[in-house]
Amino acid sequence: MTLADLKPGERAIVKGWANSFPPVRLMEFGILPGTVVEIVRFAPFGDPIDIKVRGFHLSIRKEDAAQIMLIEEYPT
Amino acid sequence: MAKTDVHSKLKRVALIGNPNVGKTTVFNVLTGMRQKVGNYPGVTVEKKTGRMDGEVPIEIIDLPGSYSLSPKSLDERIAYDVLSGHLANEPRPDLVVCIVDASNMERNLYLVTQVLDLGIPVIVALNMMDAAEEAGLSIDLSLLSEKLGVPVLPLTASRNEGIGKLKYQIRRTDLSPAPERMWTLMSAVEVEIPALMQVLADEAPKVPERQRFIEVLQCLTSDTMLDYWTRWAPKFQKEVQLVRDRLLANKVPYQQAEVIGRYGWLSPLVAQVVTRKKNIGDASVSDRIDAVLTHRIFGPLFFAMILLLIFQAVFSWATPLMDIIESSVIGLGGAIRTTFPAGMATDLLVDGVVSGVGNVVVFLPQILLLFFFLGLMEDTGYMARSAFIMDRIMSRVGLGGGSVVPLLSSFACAIPGIMAARTLANPKDRLITIMVAPLMSCSARLPVYTLFIAAFLPTGKVLGLITFQGLAMFSMYLLGTVMAFVASLVLKRIVFKGESSFFAMELPPYRMPRFKQIFWRMIDRSKAFVIRAGKIIFGMSIILWGLARFPITDPSPEIAALRISADQVFEQKVDSLSTLGVAYAAASEQIGIEMASKYRHIDAAEAGFQIEHSFIGKIGHTLEPVMRPLGFDWKLSAGIVSAFAAREVIISALATLYSVGDVGDDSPLLREKLKADTYPNGDPVYTPLVAVSLLVFFVLALQCMSTLAIAKRETNSWKWPAVMWLYMTGLAYLFSLVIYQGGMALGWG
Repeated sequence: MTLADLKPGERAIVKGWANSFPPVRLMEFGILPGTVVEIVRFAPFGDPIDIKVRGFHLSIRKEDAAQIMLIEEYPT
Repeated sequence: MAKTDVHSKLKRVALIGNPNVGKTTVFNVLTGMRQKVGNYPGVTVEKKTGRMDGEVPIEIIDLPGSYSLSPKSLDERIAYDVLSGHLANEPRPDLVVCIVDASNMERNLYLVTQVLDLGIPVIVALNMMDAAEEAGLSIDLSLLSEKLGVPVLPLTASRNEGIGKLKYQIRRTDLSPAPERMWTLMSAVEVEIPALMQVLADEAPKVPERQRFIEVLQCLTSDTMLDYWTRWAPKFQKEVQLVRDRLLANKVPYQQAEVIGRYGWLSPLVAQVVTRKKNIGDASVSDRIDAVLTHRIFGPLFFAMILLLIFQAVFSWATPLMDIIESSVIGLGGAIRTTFPAGMATDLLVDGVVSGVGNVVVFLPQILLLFFFLGLMEDTGYMARSAFIMDRIMSRVGLGGGSVVPLLSSFACAIPGIMAARTLANPKDRLITIMVAPLMSCSARLPVYTLFIAAFLPTGKVLGLITFQGLAMFSMYLLGTVMAFVASLVLKRIVFKGESSFFAMELPPYRMPRFKQIFWRMIDRSKAFVIRAGKIIFGMSIILWGLARFPITDPSPEIAALRISADQVFEQKVDSLSTLGVAYAAASEQIGIEMASKYRHIDAAEAGFQIEHSFIGKIGHTLEPVMRPLGFDWKLSAGIVSAFAAREVIISALATLYSVGDVGDDSPLLREKLKADTYPNGDPVYTPLVAVSLLVFFVLALQCMSTLAIAKRETNSWKWPAVMWLYMTGLAYLFSLVIYQGGMALGWG
């Protein structure tokens, strides 16, 4: 499962990256193995996504979200 | 480095922090109005410095907002270059103040840990403490200070709280360098570091000992930093490359080592220091605003309304001000003409200098208004939302959501539009936006559209609803917009092929606008336009004036004869009035009024003759063979060349060439003259087909030196403006050629 598969309001823990050269910028924003990520909402035209990570809102495109592998659904 | 001037003795303090942490507010509070805004040499990154007063004044440097010192953008590159002393004539600062958003500690402290590794004294200022408290966070400041090994201060800069203590800490002279690194890299990478540090020390002994570690780390993670050393320490550069290759062969993710290492140390630290009193799930005010403003239906609607408002402001609210400026310029010219004797010097002053200054100042109302709205959008946090909403649509044409506002502003004028592209973080998106912005039909094209559509296109209605002329006008705007999208797709596919366009944008919390800050930012940016682009626009105005004014040609015998006979009639009439007992002065005034239109006609004929034989006229004649296939005669060609000063100038140029004097775009006189003009064989010069060809030419051609000047300023080279001019003029020529030749072949000529 990847971050792109979550629905708004759902949370999960990052497992790692599908790509062996993940964008360093996303990691610098704190998206690392073990980090909790939450999808807040989709943009009005479906892309990008508003995600919440380490207490702040970040907007990324679905194609990049699909590179972020998740461990499991977060217990709510 | 033995500079003895006063500046080198000042203590230099750099402010750094993530974007949207209130760094500029801190800078403003520390320095008051004693600020200087300039540019770093060779790049368009703003360099802001200011003076903090006191017994010993201190220089404060406001570095561009950065998420990381490992550079991803030009802004971040500059921040690292300043802190590391890589810039010529810019020694390392003596102290770094890290501004941290107290409500967002982890991501903010990431940058702090990088700054600590430079080995310079550091102060951490936790800003927006009020917001952190509202969010239910409590922060153990002394524990944080102890863990980081540097002073930590609470701050709410917007309410001036904590500034006194910050100033005191900045003035301290006994601050020691930040402590040695307290975190480690993954071991496979860590073992490589000491040897690389040694190579660097041998080859570049100038790099301070404590800075070697972060230099090595930067080279491992960032290609631009690795390239930097190719020149200064080639052996070191090669050695790092070897290590990279070896790590890659062993499947060690060395590029991630730094981030994983830093967060590995940071996350438990923050967990210890910060306690959450409220549940994370509570939606903040900002979240609730977002639920409305990025709503599926209401979000785009609201954005459309905002755009409409900006468009309205730049398009029509600015008009009265621009009219005032234009009439003041004309009034000033008139005043100079009546004060100084007629002659070359006066002409240069009025038509060259005064109108040259006018050409610069006339853009100010639009620029000020646009920058006010942009500042408002940035300051409230709505700018990021507009990009969030529009990104999907704009990514289809190779751009990002951030390009919407600059491109739409260009409908008013490409100058503020191109300047607005500064808000784009991605340099490639910014460059493409700058390159295509001039294709959006600006307000200077409007008078040209009006004149030629009204004069040459049919007046009927389409389907009994929309007037044909209105439809033609709309088509002009549509053509420009479609071509802008096509051009951006092509630029993306061909010029920037293979470069990944990665999108990650923070959506900062909404906040109340700080009008003082918005106001000063608006002034700073407008000043940059007047000073940098203004010089070029002014110079070009004078050159174009010279081209129309020289070589000086005596009027043709026919025109000279007209003036002589008019003078004779004038003398006779005055004499006959004088014999009736009217004083000479009163008589000549009365006859002067009587014969004014006659003299205007002669003046216009002389001006027409002069411009025909001027360099512009000669250029028009020279260009005619090239422009004929588009349906343009030498007068139109000359008009197009003069229009380089500003598109609407073609109308006054044609008016001069057709000897009708100064007129506006709705002058029936000029329209009739254009319609009546024929080639020697009796064919009309202007047909509807010629008009369409000319209209399309004006939609696509880059007929505006001011746009080139601002593109030069914003891209910092003549390369991109040259490419811009070539591709747009090429497009214009091609389209007009196809339209005119195609039309002729179909018998529409």
